[in-house]
Amino acid sequence: MDLLLRGVSHRYGDTQVLADIDLAVGEGEIVCIIGPSGCGKSTLLRFIGGLERPDAGEVLLAGEPPAGSLNPLTYVFQDFALLPWRTVEGNVSLVLEDHGLSAARRREIIQDVLERTGLSDFKGALPRQLSGGMKQRVAIARALSVRPAVMLMDEPLSALDSQTRELLMDDLVGLWQRERFTACYVTHNLAEAVRLGHKIVVLSRRPGKIREIVEIDRDLADRQQADAKLEAVQRDLWHLLRDEARAADRELADDTV
Amino acid sequence: MTLSDTPDRASARAGAPPQAESRLQPVPFRGGGFRPVRMRFVGPLVFAAILLLWEAGSRSGVISNLVLPAPSEAFEAFRQLVETGQLWRHLGASLQRLVIGWTLGMSLGVAAGLMIGLFSLARAGLMPLVSALFPIPKIALLPLFVIWFGIGEGSKVATILFGSFFPTVIATSAGVDNVDRSLVRMGQSFGLSWWSIVRKIILPGAMPAILSGARISASIAIILLVAAEMIGAEYGVGAYILMAGSLFATDQLLAGVAILSVMGLLVGWLIGRAERWLLRWRS
Repeated sequence: MDLLLRGVSHRYGDTQVLADIDLAVGEGEIVCIIGPSGCGKSTLLRFIGGLERPDAGEVLLAGEPPAGSLNPLTYVFQDFALLPWRTVEGNVSLVLEDHGLSAARRREIIQDVLERTGLSDFKGALPRQLSGGMKQRVAIARALSVRPAVMLMDEPLSALDSQTRELLMDDLVGLWQRERFTACYVTHNLAEAVRLGHKIVVLSRRPGKIREIVEIDRDLADRQQADAKLEAVQRDLWHLLRDEARAADRELADDTV
Repeated sequence: MTLSDTPDRASARAGAPPQAESRLQPVPFRGGGFRPVRMRFVGPLVFAAILLLWEAGSRSGVISNLVLPAPSEAFEAFRQLVETGQLWRHLGASLQRLVIGWTLGMSLGVAAGLMIGLFSLARAGLMPLVSALFPIPKIALLPLFVIWFGIGEGSKVATILFGSFFPTVIATSAGVDNVDRSLVRMGQSFGLSWWSIVRKIILPGAMPAILSGARISASIAIILLVAAEMIGAEYGVGAYILMAGSLFATDQLLAGVAILSVMGLLVGWLIGRAERWLLRWRS
């Protein structure tokens, strides 16, 4: 299933946050959205997931979702958003319970996704017992359980320390190799973007416009650390962003999200 | 401040020995404290000490029997209550009123609190009403309740019901307000139904607040129970205390008060158990 954005604009009160965004996300592709803080990248993701409506423009889906997809557009949140009163198993179960599946089928799905994310030994654990990295793995397992057509990842690794972030990036690369999932990946971390993105969309400062779309055709599995070409891309991206980031940093915060 | 170090400072940092061995002293400890430690036996010990002092005072005549009967006399009154079988009658009547009134008040209160927390219209309409009615001492309304619900069980249950309703409403609506909205967004993003979100996200999220509200409303319910039983009740701990008071049987009065206090402790303990079980997901 492809995702298409046409002329998406939005304002919060008097501040224009997004202006005229056109974007296409093709099947099996990870599109990273980067930009200075407050450029509206998370807002854009909320439009894509239907949690908010843009003032102008439209977000369109092309084609049918994959067979058996329970929730075509599925989020992975920065703060994990796990229910603290449910176990790992229960948290995955939560998103399956409203779909009229039999209890046996649910158990099957849960077992399957926990295996795929390496969480089988933790299925009875409560979120408070888990490290940040494990919590995000649970959130990813939960997202996979509904067979999403597009994963909407809102800075999924930003709440983690840098070592855990590396581990989870490896996990995501491995996962993509196996499942070829489609994802919209919002981040402010350029290293994440060049490691995971097939396409990197650079947004400008408020009002967010697309400044550039960088395509990296190297296979995700071949992207090692200290890869000269990727580092060059990362340097270029930083070059694009630096002045904007500095200006954004000096802006007074108001009620933008 | 300059960025470059002077040579002697740099050498001191590089590991040169401190000036004189004699001036070595440990870093003073300034941490610790501000963290309650569980002490099991202190509470009961304070109780026992007070009772012992009181008993000793009564026996030695320092505390006049007219002013305050000895704990042993109150205990004797209690023993009589048990032996004559009156205790169960009084306690049974009281507990029945308490359980019915409090359960109804809690259920209605949680329902109303959820409504206020979930619907802006309910919040705008009901919250001022709750704020206006909560501070009214329900004891003052007792005569009205007698007219409305009859002199029998109705008015007593109603008093307790109203008394426990309002604090529950306030606790529940505040609890709903405090539920992490990102969890609600998560539920929506996975396409959970409205009812599922309320049942599986809002209600458990508000549970800590609801339970602390239950603690308050249970105490209020016990206070109101006695007040209600002072009007037209044949049996009940409150009726027993009232009777003892009008006969100046201070030993019986104290026995009755002790029963109430134990009742309060017991209810508190039960809610503590419920908290531990329902909120075992919290650290």
